[in-house]
Formats: sequence, structure tokens, C-alpha cells
Amino acid sequence: MTTVLIAIAALLGLAALFGALLGYASEKFKVEGDPIVEQIDALLPQTQCGQCGHPGCRPYAEAIAEGEEHNLCPPGGETTVEALSELLGREVLPLDNEGAEDASVERVAYIREDECIGCTKCIQACPVDAIVGAAKQMHTVIADECTGCDLCVEPCPVDCIDMIERPVTLATWTWDRPAGIGRRPEQRIEVVNL
Amino acid sequence: MTEYLLILISAVLVNNFVLVQFLGLCPFMGVSNKVETAMGMSLATTFVLTLSSVLAYLTWAYILVPFELQYLRTISFILVIAVAVQFTEMFVKKASPLLYRVLGVFLPLITSNCAVLGVALLNVRQTDATFMSSLTYGLGAALGFSLVLILFAAMRERIAVADVPEAFRGPSIGLITAGLMSLAFMGFSGLIKL
Repeated sequence: MTTVLIAIAALLGLAALFGALLGYASEKFKVEGDPIVEQIDALLPQTQCGQCGHPGCRPYAEAIAEGEEHNLCPPGGETTVEALSELLGREVLPLDNEGAEDASVERVAYIREDECIGCTKCIQACPVDAIVGAAKQMHTVIADECTGCDLCVEPCPVDCIDMIERPVTLATWTWDRPAGIGRRPEQRIEVVNL
Repeated sequence: MTEYLLILISAVLVNNFVLVQFLGLCPFMGVSNKVETAMGMSLATTFVLTLSSVLAYLTWAYILVPFELQYLRTISFILVIAVAVQFTEMFVKKASPLLYRVLGVFLPLITSNCAVLGVALLNVRQTDATFMSSLTYGLGAALGFSLVLILFAAMRERIAVADVPEAFRGPSIGLITAGLMSLAFMGFSGLIKL
């Protein structure tokens, strides 16, 4: 009888000791907030464009931390997807920008200036302030600042904004990417063009 | 000193827990898809294994043996390991949220990693176990686990892009590779006689 009691007492003592230790540790190592959100937010382009379906980059960062896909950011492009995959240890996914023609072609907004009525609606829509102009004056796009997010196309009442392909210049031209090793498409390795 | 070195080499190479004793195969197959994840898992397992090996020895020497409760070793060691894992989880969550996210479900799964219980049980089976020898044994087992896990992950990263026949893709070629590695580790078997 005593043996059993000793056994029970020993295990109980052990359990109580460990319980106390864990209780202390949970107080000591309490995590405030979720620091991963900050890190994700720092990688997003901060265009606040809303193409991911969230009202801005910060809410999207929170959603990614909750488990949402990390490939919904067209302004960030493949680079952001790769950086996020690196940070989160998830697979690199192809960029998902919901049926935009071709993600690999960089696009830029272009305002047909003789049709512009100067309503300033596109200026308000632009997340990166890449459109200059004033009320009743013609607007134009600063091509270098434009991220190609298409948010200005929708608000324009006279539909004078086109998304055009960014013209290739001496500074931006590169060789075509090689086909990749491996014979089957699924074995191809993405080759980074340096 | 030589004795500890022998224990270490024996646990890392000769009696490698994964490839020779076939313990801890679940994380070995599960977390070996990426080298970085494998490294994180190795770090966490190293910490838990060493800690729990020492704690298990202390429990054995100062609680179970004096009260003649040796038959309670399995249940008390499981308790010790669960506490060590919980503690590590809290610590990692505080110290490196990124690592915490990368390890995901595998961190709590260290609890059920049979290598951890295996180390604790095999260690106290030796009659002349001391504090230092349990520490060395735990550390050696953990280093062996880490070595094999990282090597295997490095190989799997390359296998992922290799032209493997359809029928062997994925886990099957992984298991074949593990078998070949195990054969290779048999080459160490004559190195030390303990």
C-alpha cells in the first residue's frame, strides 16, 4: 500500500513542479502582439492599392499572418512573392493578379490628354501619387512612379486612361529567359535574370 | 574526457538514432523538404533532446531510484519531455517568431519524437550513467539527428528537380534515399565498440 502511495506522491510532486515551471515560463515569455505582421508589412510595397482584396497593405499583412495566400500583390510582383515565401517558409507561388493579361509584362497608365476633362478622380485613386494635374486642368501620369496597378482606370468618367506596356529601353532590355533545365514543364527551374 | 568523446562519436555516427536505430523517422521524412526548415527543426530538436536527456537523468537518479519507482520511468520521462517541449515552444515563440512559424506543427510534435524518449530510456539503462554522460549522450544523439536531417534535406532539394521516374516521385524516392543513407552509415559500425 505504501509503495503505491509513494509512487502516486512522487508523480504528483513531479507534475506539480513542472506545472509551476511552465506557469512561470508562460508569464516570463509572454508574446505581445504578433511581430510577424510587422515583418510582412515591411516587405509589402505600401502602395495601399487594395488589389489583394484588403483595404491596404497592413490589413493584408495581418491576413497573410492569419494564413491567407501571399501571392495576391500585383504591385509587388514576383519579387515580393519570393521575399514573402522566404520569410514565411511557404512555397513560392505564381503571382495571382486575377486575369490581368500577362504578369511578366510591366504596364504603365497612360492618359489620352486631349480627352481628359480634369475631374481629378484618377488623382484621388492613385495609391502612389503618380498622376499630376489640378481641377479642370489636364492630368498626366509620371511613368517612372506608376506601378501599373490599374486603380485609376475605373474611376475615370470619360475612359481616357489606357494601360500600356512599358516600352523597352536600353536600360531595361534583357535577354529572354532560357527555357530552363529538364524536359517537362513542371521540372523547369525559374532562372533569375541578373 | 576520452569517454565523453567516445559517447559523442558513438551517438552521432555509429549508433545514429535515425539511420541505425530507426528512431525519429517522422520528422526525418516530414521536415526534410527544405534545408532551412530542416536546420530550424534540428536546432529545436537539439535543444529539447539535450534538455530532456539531462532532466530525465535527474528524475531517474533523484526521484525514481531512491523511491524504487524504476517501473514508472516511461510515464515520468514522457512528462519530462512534454514539459521540455512546452518550455522550448514558449521560448522559441518569444525569441524567434519566424522560426516558430517555420517549425509550425513540428515543434509540438517533438514531444512524440520517439528519439527523445529513446535517448532518455536507453541512457538510464546503462548502469553507470552520470549527469555528464547523459548530457553528452543527449547532445550526441541530437547532433546525429541534426546531421542526418540536414544532409537528407540537402539531398531532397536536389532530388526535387531531378528527372525521377514517375512511379518513384515524392516520398518513395525519399524513402529509397533514406535507405541508401542508412546503408552508408553502416560503414561506421566498426569504428567504436562500447
